[in-house]
Amino acid sequence: MIELTDVRKVFPARRGAAEVVAVDGVSLSVADGEFAGVVGPSGSGKSTLARLVNLLERPTSGRVVVDGQVLTDLDDDGVRQARRTVGMVFQHFNLLDSRTAAGNVEHPLELAGVGRSERRRRVADLLDLVGLGDRHASRPAQLSGGQKQRVAIARALAARPKVLLCDEATSALDPASTTGVLDLLRQVRAELGLTVLLITHEMAVVRAVCDSAVLLDRGRVVDGGPLTEVLTRPHSPLAAQLLPAPAVAGATGDLLRITVTESAPEGRVLRTLAGELGLDVEVVGGSVETVAGHRFGRLLLSVTGDDGRLDAALQRLREGGSLVERAVPGDEPAPMDAHDDPDPAAPDGRVVPHLLDAPEVQR
Amino acid sequence: MNDWDRIAPQLAEATWDTLYMVGVSTLLTVLIGVPLGVLLTITAPGALSPSPLVHRVLGLVVNLGRSLPFIILLVLVAPVTRGIVGTTIGSTATIVPLTIGAVPFLARLVETSLREVGHGKVEATLAMGARRRDVVRTVLLPEALPSLVAGITVTVVALISYSAMAGAIGGGGLGDFAIRYGYQQFRTDITVATVVLLLVVVQALQWAGDRWARRLAHA
Repeated sequence: MIELTDVRKVFPARRGAAEVVAVDGVSLSVADGEFAGVVGPSGSGKSTLARLVNLLERPTSGRVVVDGQVLTDLDDDGVRQARRTVGMVFQHFNLLDSRTAAGNVEHPLELAGVGRSERRRRVADLLDLVGLGDRHASRPAQLSGGQKQRVAIARALAARPKVLLCDEATSALDPASTTGVLDLLRQVRAELGLTVLLITHEMAVVRAVCDSAVLLDRGRVVDGGPLTEVLTRPHSPLAAQLLPAPAVAGATGDLLRITVTESAPEGRVLRTLAGELGLDVEVVGGSVETVAGHRFGRLLLSVTGDDGRLDAALQRLREGGSLVERAVPGDEPAPMDAHDDPDPAAPDGRVVPHLLDAPEVQR
Repeated sequence: MNDWDRIAPQLAEATWDTLYMVGVSTLLTVLIGVPLGVLLTITAPGALSPSPLVHRVLGLVVNLGRSLPFIILLVLVAPVTRGIVGTTIGSTATIVPLTIGAVPFLARLVETSLREVGHGKVEATLAMGARRRDVVRTVLLPEALPSLVAGITVTVVALISYSAMAGAIGGGGLGDFAIRYGYQQFRTDITVATVVLLLVVVQALQWAGDRWARRLAHA
């Protein structure tokens, strides 16, 4: 449904600022009906990547195909038409304050030239779908963050898109609203058969809803794939972000990292180390989560008392199907879940001038 | 000097003249200044349809108009006024310099108002497949409306003070009246009366503008 081939986006140098390669040769494929995530630290180019999918940013080079249509071959008019097959939801909702909830949902329908009575019917259906059937006349200022995002989702779905782009759609929401919005996204994906591309820096969001994900770093895809596959790959940087088990300096003894899956549970490793070899085993870090309905985990163990038999035992365990490795401090980056919201005061991350600050008004 | 029964009707007429000049020039200023402000906004670098050349030329024209003292502008545009109205004296003739003086002023205020509209709203609308003129029509102008109304109110008040200044060169209205009767005939009571009238007009307009802007602001 979405096919990016070697897409690059370079922002030219301007007024002293050097040229920025925001997206550097990304190839990405999202299947029909897939819920795909794009994760990466702040400044890794993930928001630019989202804007390349509906050509809000034209790529410097590369090909963008959505629903079989080569968007990068279209002229401006064609791109405008094609954008209707892609709905978009933003971190700061971007609802119009001058319109009611219903008016906001109606906006894309007006632009598409849909007749008035048809618009009314569709708006009512959509607000019912997102659970705001009783808030037609509410202004955005009267709605909570979660409700605003529901209106924004209804608006994004108005033109019956096939793809939904979510750019940090839950990053400005509290945990309860986040859960509600994610449930809604899952529900509309299932009911409408949408393909969803979700940009986020929150790993909990990826674990909760995504089928697959890619990890972006400095404009490049460094890891990715279906989550059930990624999480069984021992040295996957994406798995390290999804289930962090960073080795910290100062731990005594030998550090081991176990990847836990349903087919490779941790029990066997622990039995071998503690029982067979008689080592002291401590869990010093890690996490175990349910992802896509399966149990996955990564655990960091500190073992002391190795008398030289440890490496051989690890080799035997690996041959038996256990995913266990030696770990050294600093061998994986710290989790990037730290909130990278630019500045809550300026919703778009830019300085907003005010009329009263204008010199003209001081006279 | 108790000649107020003679002066009062003239004062009323002068007030009417002021309202007429300010009213018509406000209308013309909005008709020209708002599109100019829109153009200034959308041609800026990184805006909806960036065009450095148009932006710079318009900016230059607007700055020129804004930096010229109004009293100089009055004299400067006299030939233009004569060309359009046929005379440079009286309230109808004054509408021309008033409009020319206020258009750049309002254009800058409109630009400031439109810049306040978050880029995210523009982006969200473009993502719906909107044309650029749809963005101006359905996003920029409606979202900035409360602020635009505030800007127009400020412009109207400025126009009233400009119109009084135009009285100095025979422009008609309250300023003209204050100079001819109050200043030149040493009638301080008439000067005070015109000042009070101007104050009432300005206060009433400011109050109405504020009220309107507040009613439009839903945030």
